Amino acid sequence: MGRIRETFDKLRQRGEKALVGFITAGDPDFSTSLEITRQMCLRGVDLLELGVPFSDPTADGPVIQRSSARAIEAGMNMKRVLEMVGAIREFSSTPIIIFSYYNPILAYGAEKLYKDAIAAGADGALVVDLPPEESDELTDLWEGGLDFIRLVAPTTPPDRMARIAAGASGFIYLVSMTGITGSGGLKSEETALVARDLKKCCGDLPVCVGFGVSTPEDAARVARFADGVVVGSAFERLMESGLQDKNIAEKVGEFASRLKNAMQTGGERPAGNV
Amino acid sequence: MKEISNQTKTSSLPDAAGHFGPYGGRYVAETLMPAVIELERAYNTISAEPSFQAELELLLKNYAGRPTPLFFAARLSAKVGGAKIYLKREDLAHTGAHKINNTLGQALLARWMGKTKVIAETGAGQHGVATATAAALFGMECKIFMGIEDISRQAPNVQRMKLLGAEVVPVDSGTGTLKDAMNEAMRYWVGSVRDTFYVIGSVAGPHPYPAMVRDFQRVIGDEAKTQIMEAEGAMPDLLVACVGGGSNAMGLFYPFLEERCAMVGVEAAGCGIDTGKHAATLGAGSVGVLHGSKSYVLQDENGQINEAHSISAGLDYPGVGPEHSWLKDSGRVRYESVVDEEALDAFHLLSAVEGIIPALESSHAVARALVEAARMPAGKTVVVNLSGRGDKDLGIVEKLKAR
Repeated sequence: MGRIRETFDKLRQRGEKALVGFITAGDPDFSTSLEITRQMCLRGVDLLELGVPFSDPTADGPVIQRSSARAIEAGMNMKRVLEMVGAIREFSSTPIIIFSYYNPILAYGAEKLYKDAIAAGADGALVVDLPPEESDELTDLWEGGLDFIRLVAPTTPPDRMARIAAGASGFIYLVSMTGITGSGGLKSEETALVARDLKKCCGDLPVCVGFGVSTPEDAARVARFADGVVVGSAFERLMESGLQDKNIAEKVGEFASRLKNAMQTGGERPAGNV
Repeated sequence: MKEISNQTKTSSLPDAAGHFGPYGGRYVAETLMPAVIELERAYNTISAEPSFQAELELLLKNYAGRPTPLFFAARLSAKVGGAKIYLKREDLAHTGAHKINNTLGQALLARWMGKTKVIAETGAGQHGVATATAAALFGMECKIFMGIEDISRQAPNVQRMKLLGAEVVPVDSGTGTLKDAMNEAMRYWVGSVRDTFYVIGSVAGPHPYPAMVRDFQRVIGDEAKTQIMEAEGAMPDLLVACVGGGSNAMGLFYPFLEERCAMVGVEAAGCGIDTGKHAATLGAGSVGVLHGSKSYVLQDENGQINEAHSISAGLDYPGVGPEHSWLKDSGRVRYESVVDEEALDAFHLLSAVEGIIPALESSHAVARALVEAARMPAGKTVVVNLSGRGDKDLGIVEKLKAR
């Protein structure tokens, strides 16, 4: 059984929902980014998505566009992302998902990535612009050693949902809104309805909801109906506001713990402990 | 060279999933997948309707001014002293370029699909103008995404778009050119996909765009075929067209793919391929995925897309339509490139000897045609796609002269 599955099982037994944290790997530089992942893993993130920066992120809003540009500028690439996975494994067994656009994977070599990612200690991959129609060319080269996380959008019709679920492993990532990352205006009631339809066709595969989750209150609302909550742009926004801040990693970690607490208690705890 | 099936006629591509051999496909976020599938279905159904085709034909004739002439450039040919050079005068189409063929087709399709909002990306501004024009004609709301670099170098087209009622959205990410405009248009589309039709201007993007845009542009080649038969009583020996994304080239080439004539696609070599400042995607790129399809792209070893460079905004793009990648690998079309200087020389030459001011994009095709024609015997014929007029480029050319 994979580490992603084990994590969801464990959380389920404890009656908890998963906090899935996304950051662009290598933003603003390798060592700061590594320290940020350490704080995230220590303080509440149950699964870590490491974003591979891409020059043309067409599904991302300005926050992740800028973080990608900073990471590329600092020399981040797929090889270094895998080095970071290895470095995280020195201190944490939190499941790690490589989150990428397809072109950096093509350039690295799909088969090589599969072998190297497993060797480094990664657990899954999510490729934003590789829908089921095109994904065989990647997954045919893979033997199940990495979970392949697939996306479902609010525009995905039910019959297509079922087909996507059939080819997914690890968990399903439900996009909460028709929009790019970092868009505001989470509509949790509508998303809950989509999640209900989706759960009907994905067996015991966990459903995690992302896009538009930016506050502990948002996370708590989503945690009521989803198995996991994905937070990305909100972490990146916090980091961006503290690029000169020596304690930025701790602040990101603190935000992770606030998110996780809210998910467990159903809302933000009263001020005082944050 | 990739394997080419003997059973499949090159002109019968793409396959049902939108692949031209290993190229093409639909590499987009899940949010957009249902939209591109819906578009494919709608396009297949609606474009097969005789009443749709009749409506489009009438628009092309009475609104866009088709057929455009095929002009024998006698003085230019004499100057070269080789093959006879014919110019397919797309510069005479309404709005001054071939782009109108496609935007009328897509806007009409949007109307049949009940969509009332259109968006588009633009580089030189020709596709933006052509989209804004079609939107005005059909009373549709229109947003054009354009890089800030292109906004400054193609100011007349920005004014035209605004006059036509379109909102021009400046894009300052990346290098502020066509690639970035397309990124931003795709981002906007992700958020507005339920009621907005994305009018892509080239034979690029996810399936069905490369095939659909080609189909709307093939009128260029269909007309040229009839016209050259009337003029010469024979098929041309060579076709020449410039290639950025590659829509004017596919439009000319496609109806000739099964004929015995040679074809040359001309990319922009910018300051020279060895300087790294160029837009010769097929000549110097490698296979990757950009803007929804697999094709040749300009990229570094990590798969980051490189900046392109060309004096011509319409060719300043680090990608190329997937069908061109296929035609390159199969050997059916030869791809060459022309540096900024050569294109400028051709711009001046054509203006001076034929009284036709070509777009800087089309000047690349003219420049290469001169080289090709000089090598061919006198009895042979070359058809050059003069994809657009050069009025929009006068500012750039003047600025260069002043240097």
